[in-house]
Amino acid sequence: MSVMTSTRVRRKRVWRKTRLYVALLVGAIFAGGPVVWMLSSAFKSNADIFEYPPKLIDNSFSGSAFNAVFDNPEEIRFFVNSYAVGLSVTALTILVAIVAAFALSRYKFALREPLKVMIIAVQAIPPITLVIPLFGVVIALHLYNSYEGLILTYLVFTLPYSVVMMTAYFNSIPRELDEAARIDGAGSMRTLLRVILPLARPGLVAVGFYAFMISWNEFLFALTLTQTDNMRTVPVGLTLLMGQYNYQWNQIMAMSVLGCLPVIILFLIFQKHFVSGLSSGAVKA
Amino acid sequence: MTSFSRDAVKYTAVFGSGEPRSRKRHRSRISRRIEPYLMIAPVVILFLGLIGVPIVILVRYSLLNNVIYVQHSSFVGIANYTSILSSASFWSAVEHTLIFTVVCVAGQLALGFAFATLLNSNDVGTVTKAIFRVIYILPWMFTAVIVALLWRLLLDPNGVINYLLGLVGVVRTAFPWLATPGWAMACIIVINIWAGYPFFMITLLAGLQSISPELYEAARVDGADYVQQLRNVTFPQLRPIIVGIGLLDVLWTTQQFTLVWIMTGGGPLGSTQVLGTYIYTLAFQSYLMSPAAASAILLLLGSLVVAIFYVRHQRRLELT
Repeated sequence: MSVMTSTRVRRKRVWRKTRLYVALLVGAIFAGGPVVWMLSSAFKSNADIFEYPPKLIDNSFSGSAFNAVFDNPEEIRFFVNSYAVGLSVTALTILVAIVAAFALSRYKFALREPLKVMIIAVQAIPPITLVIPLFGVVIALHLYNSYEGLILTYLVFTLPYSVVMMTAYFNSIPRELDEAARIDGAGSMRTLLRVILPLARPGLVAVGFYAFMISWNEFLFALTLTQTDNMRTVPVGLTLLMGQYNYQWNQIMAMSVLGCLPVIILFLIFQKHFVSGLSSGAVKA
Repeated sequence: MTSFSRDAVKYTAVFGSGEPRSRKRHRSRISRRIEPYLMIAPVVILFLGLIGVPIVILVRYSLLNNVIYVQHSSFVGIANYTSILSSASFWSAVEHTLIFTVVCVAGQLALGFAFATLLNSNDVGTVTKAIFRVIYILPWMFTAVIVALLWRLLLDPNGVINYLLGLVGVVRTAFPWLATPGWAMACIIVINIWAGYPFFMITLLAGLQSISPELYEAARVDGADYVQQLRNVTFPQLRPIIVGIGLLDVLWTTQQFTLVWIMTGGGPLGSTQVLGTYIYTLAFQSYLMSPAAASAILLLLGSLVVAIFYVRHQRRLELT
């Protein structure tokens, strides 16, 4: 009797585990299948993109689509632009967000609450709403078709959530620590640099990655605030590629692979930090 | 700030300890009142210059007959608003945006929760879990442009999706998904869910892991089955997270432009025209800046209503 129930229990557990793994695999195909196809297409010749029946790896397998991207100075330039803008936005976001979040977390001042509300509310403004007037503002500031115009615009989108995330992180660091530092004679900047920042490193990583990703991926403003091909970033460059070569799918996919690599690599390195930082910002402001 | 501390050192050196100490404290109190404003000034200046001023400009644009593309513009009051509000194409864009948003947010939430539950299961090893987690996050790593181009390749009439559906016998001909009204919107919704669910998954997974196991134990002692545990423990515990990121996602989805623009450009026959593409087309293709400005203001007002709920929600979280 007891033997029978134990086999039944075991069988039930095996069944549950099988079901779980089947679900995991189906999910993985849904999530990863398109990505596999993107890689596969990037290594094909353009003639074989729509071959019948489709093959994951066919006879034309080669890196020629990647070579074509690397050999084209115009396409290299898209990457240079994206990196220049992305890294500047990341550095500036971290700097400005740290200082602002320190004020919001450690000082009591009259406008603190309204400012917090403003920073959260700003996230609600649709980019498509801003693009019409910003077009005019950027031209008036002589920043049209320049790195500076894009960098300033992107800061508007990276800063709100970054400040929220950083403030949440600083709030989680015990105030007693900086009071102790203050008693030891440290000024507020010293307290921030020596006591709080080392403890907030996961938050810094999260903010940095977030800012880079926003800037690297942005399309609408990159499209409207730049004009000449030598100022285009990767996302806009990709769409130019479509018109230019009349659907060179293998090159478009090769450039897409190259275009998402930095984000994926950074994510894999900083995964833990990013996930905890992101959720702390989402859960608590 | 550094000069302040240097001053402080100077003071102590000159006056020694005693009376100067109270002066030092007095100075420090004043500077502590100014300091936070200096610290937050860059953010405020940037927001005023690149959000505050542009919105004022936008309101002005919306009250003129046309701008930027014409030499002289004149004040027309709310004429742009009345013409937008009585235009069928605007309301059709609103309808598409609402359908798109509701289905996408619900789909991303459901899928994100399902994947988070799978990854939270105790029956899977840590390494397996880590591998699947990376795979599940993958779609989120792609920018909207790449997502759109990749799915255009997959959904091409001669593409791999039609081939696979042909194997199962669902599709016989080279079906043009994105050129068929009705199907185009369904495809864009699925793709947007594909690209956006990982954000829900990550945050919900963090939320699931923070629920105390004792709550489940107590529920089990009371004889609660899986569904009851879900309803009485999991959902109430996750509610603040779900509401927070749900509202954020509503904001993001109503503003979607890039994905739709590159997938279909709003077509076929306007069947995927959402507010984002509608406003962009008005402003940058039909050169009707003022009606575009008016509809941009209407979208902004709608977004602000959602934002009020979001801010309230975040503030309430902060208080608890």
